[in-house]
Amino acid sequence: MRKKILMFGWEFPPFNSGGLGTACFGLTKALAKQKMEIMLVLPKKLSDNLSADFLKFIFPEDSHIVKEYNFNSLLTPYMGEESYSSSVFGFGEDFGGIYKNNIFGEVFRYADFGKFIAKKEEFDIIHAHDWLSFGAGINAKRISGKPFIAHVHATEFDRGGGVGINKTVYQIEKRGMEEADRVIAVSNFTKNIIVTHYGISADKVEVVHNGIEFVEEEGVERNMHKLKEAGKKIVLFVGRLTLQKGPDYFIRSAKKVCERTDDVYFIISGSGDMEYSLIREVARLGISDRVFFTGFLRGDALRKVYKISDLFVMPSVSEPFGITPLESLVNGTPVLISNQSGVSEVLSHALKVDFWDIDEMANKIISAIKYDSLGNCLKGCGKEEVKNITWDLAAKKCINLYNSA
Amino acid sequence: MPSVCFYFQVHQPYRIKKFSFFDIGNDSSYFSEEGENNLNNRFVMEKVARKSYIPTNKILLDLLKKHPEFRFTFSFSGVVLEQMERYSPESLETFRDLVDTGRVEILGETYYHSLAFLYSKEEFRKQVLMHKKKIEELFSFKPRIFRCTELAYSNEIAKEAEKMGFKGILGEGVDSVLGWRSPNFLYKAKGSKVNLFLKNYRLSDDIAFRFSQREWKSYPLTAEKFASWISKINGSGDIVNLFMDYETFGEHQWEETGIFDFLRALPREVLRRRDNSFSMLSECEKKFPVRDEIDFPYTTSWADMERDLSAWIGNDMQRDALSKLYELENDVIATEDSNIIDCWRRFQTSDQVYYMSTKGMGDGTVHGYFSPYNTPYDAFISFINALNDFKLKLKAINKNNYAKRY
Repeated sequence: MRKKILMFGWEFPPFNSGGLGTACFGLTKALAKQKMEIMLVLPKKLSDNLSADFLKFIFPEDSHIVKEYNFNSLLTPYMGEESYSSSVFGFGEDFGGIYKNNIFGEVFRYADFGKFIAKKEEFDIIHAHDWLSFGAGINAKRISGKPFIAHVHATEFDRGGGVGINKTVYQIEKRGMEEADRVIAVSNFTKNIIVTHYGISADKVEVVHNGIEFVEEEGVERNMHKLKEAGKKIVLFVGRLTLQKGPDYFIRSAKKVCERTDDVYFIISGSGDMEYSLIREVARLGISDRVFFTGFLRGDALRKVYKISDLFVMPSVSEPFGITPLESLVNGTPVLISNQSGVSEVLSHALKVDFWDIDEMANKIISAIKYDSLGNCLKGCGKEEVKNITWDLAAKKCINLYNSA
Repeated sequence: MPSVCFYFQVHQPYRIKKFSFFDIGNDSSYFSEEGENNLNNRFVMEKVARKSYIPTNKILLDLLKKHPEFRFTFSFSGVVLEQMERYSPESLETFRDLVDTGRVEILGETYYHSLAFLYSKEEFRKQVLMHKKKIEELFSFKPRIFRCTELAYSNEIAKEAEKMGFKGILGEGVDSVLGWRSPNFLYKAKGSKVNLFLKNYRLSDDIAFRFSQREWKSYPLTAEKFASWISKINGSGDIVNLFMDYETFGEHQWEETGIFDFLRALPREVLRRRDNSFSMLSECEKKFPVRDEIDFPYTTSWADMERDLSAWIGNDMQRDALSKLYELENDVIATEDSNIIDCWRRFQTSDQVYYMSTKGMGDGTVHGYFSPYNTPYDAFISFINALNDFKLKLKAINKNNYAKRY
């Protein structure tokens, strides 16, 4: 039995900017519950005060060892978003912004830290999440000779949103998967990309779908009462405002819906490099009075916005998994998701659509809000289904993999 | 000594094409999907005819010729007969050849394969009469025994069948109703004089569902094995009611599973054993005594473990769709427009709401829901949007008629 895991992550709630931190939190918590000992290495320094709370917060009732190493770094998983598209068009390592000429330096520094930690600690297996930590995983394997598992939550092909990829990132991803003893993909959708675009043998790749912790939270105050009382419906988008997440398709569908009915408002929650162009597009389409931008929301504010909404839409162009629809269902709001997502493999009580088919997206949005019986079925059945999509299941699969690697 | 009573259900609905909210008011054809997909009614009819109806009819005709004792029963929905007339005349011809032997019985049912009984008795009766007329026209046959859509059955349905002149009726051999009693006898309905034929679901489902399941302990099922199970009933039953969809042969169970070979060999294997026979259902009334009266206070069906109507009226979408549909009855009939009435009735075909069933989804269990839609939600969306378009049309016609009249 392999019990001690040296894990390389990159962000952790509440210091996360996306789904990866949420996934890391859910998985480590479930692994600890199943008696695994996890040393989680994070590249980003958290405040000392919070980090004590934070450890206690993750595994309050657990006596197993969780150590956390931080070293000061500027890494962030969704780095360079503001100028991502420029990097895609061949500016090489110039990611612009505060990461300019720095990001790959940080990655190599993190990789070096992998050597240091591998010499210092004892462990049975190495588990690294996504490309920023793969270098550290490879180094830790070289030093210790322990098996290395590369966990792929997203690939460069997803982040590019179909426009292009960064070659250096691609190379780091590819090498990480090649050097790994086993690769975990968060969906068949992602496994397919790994096999097709990275040339990794299908036998080496195991699919472990993400889960969600089902916590019923009643009594979160509903706002926007006036709209709701007037019989208006709210359709929600939550995600980074980047090509990958398809907010532009959401807006074009919204336009079609607005042409047909006055009863719907749209909320776009998130930030990203497309924010201003989306605001301009909404104005150009003449629906500024029907579409609200809230900026990036987390915690209670995010839960509130899930709860007041009548339909959640995830129109992603390429979504390795997609935890937000599950969060929405936990909060009792039915979902419409793109077929180009990993979560569509595990969620049957959802409306589904190809991201490019804005006519069909509009049809499903308007049908879901016009026909109560449809919304009720999606909501009721979806909430039940989500209870079975657990991190415990994901952790079990990981443990089996640790012992067979 | 048991007599084997085969009854095969022959039915295809008019599937509603993909109908968007944005089509409401702009498109008035609902059943006209094109291309090679399972919403295209012509495509499905031609496929089923090729894979199932035509080859199975040929086998059965050969068997009737070879075994003078062989006989069985069909029930056809009106909508499948219409579609055969239009898309597969060869199927209809070969069905007629079978009926012409005089050893094939046809049951009465609702023309539109509907659950109208639950919503409007008057509409139900109209559809049963329409069906009777269609069967007489096409087959020169007068149905004597009735089966309600999806083998729906209750004391009340039996009473209604009796009022319409039927002598017998079919139902599911539901364990919770039968208790210690066996489905292998002739019974009588409670509260009416009609005879009751109950499906032996174990033996029926061995053919219809388990035949090709490799994990089933009796796999592979041979005609000899099945006939030996029938013979075991000797002494503890008069009849064995094997009720199933006709599409079992060649469509649900593909030719590659060996289902046709099984069917070809079965009459010989059954008849080879002492005292076994085959009967059309109405022959049983003369051959066998009525053993008991059975009380079905609530409606049962042949579906799922529950043997109830939850596959059709189990969720909000299904109930919403049906109540919105049936509340149009008076307005539809008032048009006196045969196209409008026909269209409204096509929406009533039970398959339309079956496609909306969410039973068993997402709980990881395997279930046998055949649907041409990707999800039950897609089925509901097309149905309800098409129905809303239909309502607009209906309103316009009635307004126009009203204006003409006054």
